[in-house]
Amino acid sequence: MLAVDLPYWAQSLLRVLGGTVAVLLPAGTIVYLFLFKMMSFMQSRLGPMEAGPYGSMQLFAEVGKWLQKEDLAPDGADKRIYRMAPLVVLVSTFLLVAVVPFGPDAYFTNFDAGVFYMLAVSSISTLGILMAGWSSANKYSLLGGLRAAGQLIAYELPMVLAVLGVVIQAGTMNLQQIVVKQNSDSIFGWDGLGNPYILTQFIGFAIFMIAVQAELTQTPFDMPIAESELVSGYMTEYSGFRFLMFFIAEFATAGVFSLIASVLFLGGWGVPFSWFGWDATTGSVDNWMNVAGPIIMITKMMALSGIIMWVRFSYPRFREDQLQRFAWKVLIPVSLLNIMLTAILKVAF
Amino acid sequence: MTDLVDRQKLSYIAAQAADARLNVELETEGMTLNIGPQHPATHGTLRIIVRLDGEQVVWAEPSAGYMHRGYEKLTEVRTFPQVTALVNRIDWLGSFANEVPFILAAEKLMEIEAPPRAQWIRTILFELSRIANVSLFLGDLGVQLGAVTPVFMAFRDREHVLNLIEGATGGRFHPNFDRIGGLKDDLPAGWIAETKQVMKKLRNFCTEIENLLFGNEIFQSRLRGIGVIPAEVAKQYGLSGANLRASGVDWDLRRDQSLPLAYDKVDWKVWTHPDGDSFARCWIRLQETRESTLIVDQLLDQIPSGPIMAKVPRIIKVPEGEAWVSTENPLGEMGYYVVSKGDLGPFRVKIRSASFNNISIVPWVLRGVYVPDVISILASLYFILGDIDR
Repeated sequence: MLAVDLPYWAQSLLRVLGGTVAVLLPAGTIVYLFLFKMMSFMQSRLGPMEAGPYGSMQLFAEVGKWLQKEDLAPDGADKRIYRMAPLVVLVSTFLLVAVVPFGPDAYFTNFDAGVFYMLAVSSISTLGILMAGWSSANKYSLLGGLRAAGQLIAYELPMVLAVLGVVIQAGTMNLQQIVVKQNSDSIFGWDGLGNPYILTQFIGFAIFMIAVQAELTQTPFDMPIAESELVSGYMTEYSGFRFLMFFIAEFATAGVFSLIASVLFLGGWGVPFSWFGWDATTGSVDNWMNVAGPIIMITKMMALSGIIMWVRFSYPRFREDQLQRFAWKVLIPVSLLNIMLTAILKVAF
Repeated sequence: MTDLVDRQKLSYIAAQAADARLNVELETEGMTLNIGPQHPATHGTLRIIVRLDGEQVVWAEPSAGYMHRGYEKLTEVRTFPQVTALVNRIDWLGSFANEVPFILAAEKLMEIEAPPRAQWIRTILFELSRIANVSLFLGDLGVQLGAVTPVFMAFRDREHVLNLIEGATGGRFHPNFDRIGGLKDDLPAGWIAETKQVMKKLRNFCTEIENLLFGNEIFQSRLRGIGVIPAEVAKQYGLSGANLRASGVDWDLRRDQSLPLAYDKVDWKVWTHPDGDSFARCWIRLQETRESTLIVDQLLDQIPSGPIMAKVPRIIKVPEGEAWVSTENPLGEMGYYVVSKGDLGPFRVKIRSASFNNISIVPWVLRGVYVPDVISILASLYFILGDIDR
C-alpha cells in the first residue's frame, strides 16, 4: 500500500498524468529507438543526426513542425467526422493503458473484467479508422478504411482466442491477478521460474503477437496503409496535428499492446525469480516493486516492440485476401485447438 | 389448352424478367480510380485509369505523355555527336546503354567500325549500365510490395557501379561518352581491378536479394501466378527484354544479332522462365544481373589493347541513307531508325524504346486482378518513365 494518503482528486490527477506519460513516453522512445535508429541501421544509413545528440531531439522537431501546420480538411469531407476520427483512435489507446498494472500498487484501475475491457476497448480504434476512411471523401482513403475494418475485425478474433488460453490457465480475467499467478505458480510442479505463460502458452503468445501486428496495421499486415498503392490509406488526407494524432496512436498502441502482451505472457511487472522481491510462499511483495515494476515493464515492452518493428522492416506485405485467409483458416483454428488443449490440461492437472 | 401453355410461358417469362430486373438493381456501380500521374507506385508521372468493382479491376488503361520531352524532334536540330547528350536522358537509370544503338546506327551509315578495344569498353559500360539499372529494380521491388529495407541495399551497391561509370566516363548519370567511331577516352588506371571487386560485391548483393526477397513466402505468394502473360500474347504486344524471356521466349538481341559489340567473345547464358508470371519477370532480372557481372568479368580478362577511336573526320557529316539498329537494353529492345540527308544532323530519328511497348500490355494484363496486384504487376513489368515518354 502507498504510504501517503491522497485525496481522491489528487489520485485522479496523478492517474491521468500517469496515463499520459505511460502512453506518450513509450511511443516517443519506440519512434526514436526503432523507427528512426534501428530501421536506419538495418538499412545501412544513420537516420536523424542533426537535432540533438544523435538526433535524439528529432521527435520534438517533428512534433513542432506538425503543430505549426494548418488544419486542413478536404472540400467534400464530412468535416465533423473527419476531425473526430484521429481523436477516437487516440482515445482507444488511452483507455487501453488504464488496465495495465505496473506494480503491486502501481496501477490505474484494478478491476476483475480487465481482459474483457482490454479487448473491448482496443476495437474502438477500428471505428476511428473507418470514420477517417469514410469521411475523407477520397477513394484511396475509402479503400484503406474498408480494408482496415475488414482486417481489424478478422484479427480481433484470434487475439481474443489467444488470450482465452491465458484466462483459462490463470482462472481470472483480472490482469493484476494474472501477473500474480504467473509469478507464484509452478510449471507442472517446478516453481523455480514461476509460470510465465509464454512457456506454457507459447502458441497463444505467437498468435497474440501476430494478431497485434495486424491490429497495428504494421507490415506484413499493412494493406490498409499500403503506401505504394493506396498512398497512405485512410490517413491520405490528414496533415498537421491530426496526422500527428494518428502517428502517436499508431506507435503508442504498439507500446500498449506490448505492455499487455508482457502482462499476459511474460510475467508483467514481476521478474520470474523468486528472490527478486517476490516471496512465492507467502505471496507478499516488497514495496519497492512499485518502483522497479514500471522499469521492468518498460524493458519487456521494448523487447516486444523491438520484435514488432523488426518484422515490420524486413517483410513484404500480404495481399488483402491472403491476409483474411491467414486469419480465418490458420490463426483461428490453431487458437481454438490451443484453447482445447489448455482446457484439457487444466482439468487433468 | 394452348392458352394455358401460353399463360404458363408468360408467367415464366415475367418471373425471369423480374429476376433480371432484380439482378440489375443489385448490380453495384463501379468506381473509377486514377492511379497517378502523382502516385508512389508509378515511379514518375504515368497515369493509369482503372475502373474497379470492389477491389477488382474491370478495365484499365495507361495514359502516358505527362513527361514527353520531344527527343525525336529535338534530334533534328542537333548534330550527330550532340544527340548522345539527349538520348542519355531516355532511360535515366542505364543511360550509357541509350547511346550505343544510336552511335551504332550512325556508324552503320558512315560505314566505319570502332576499333576492338572501343567495342570491348562499350560492351563493358553497356553491361554496367544494365547492372546499375536492374539492381535498382531489385530493390524497388521490395518497396512496391511493402518491404522497405531492400531498396537501401540496392542503393548502397548501385553506388559502386555508378562510381565505376563516373570513373570511366566522368558522368554518374549521364555519361555522354560514346562517340561515332569509338569512345571519348580510354579507361583510367586501376579501373579494371576495381571493377572486378565491385562485380564480386554485386554478386553478393544478388545473393542477398535472393535470400531476403525471393526466398520469402509472402513475396512468392504475392507474385507467383499473378499477371501471367503467355508467350503468344507477349509477342503480339511487342514485349521485349526480360518481360518476354519470362514468358519462355528465348530471344536476346545481344546474342541473336551480330553488332560490333563483344558479346560473341564471351561465354554467357540467356535466362528464360516458362511461367510468364510476375515472379518469373523478377527472377529473370535477378539472374540477368548476375549474368551481367560474369560477362563484365570475362570481358575485363581479355580486353584487347589498341586505339579507342577509328579514323573519323573532324566535322562529322553522315552520308545520305537510312539505318535501323536496336540493342538489348536493360529494359528491353531499344532501337533507333536514323534517316540522314547528308547533313551535320539527322533528318529524322525514330526511337523505339522498350518501356512504351512493355506497358502497352497493361490493359490486357490488369483485367480482373485486384488492386494490390496492379502494383505488383506494374512493378514486375518494370518501366522507366523517361523510356515511355521520351
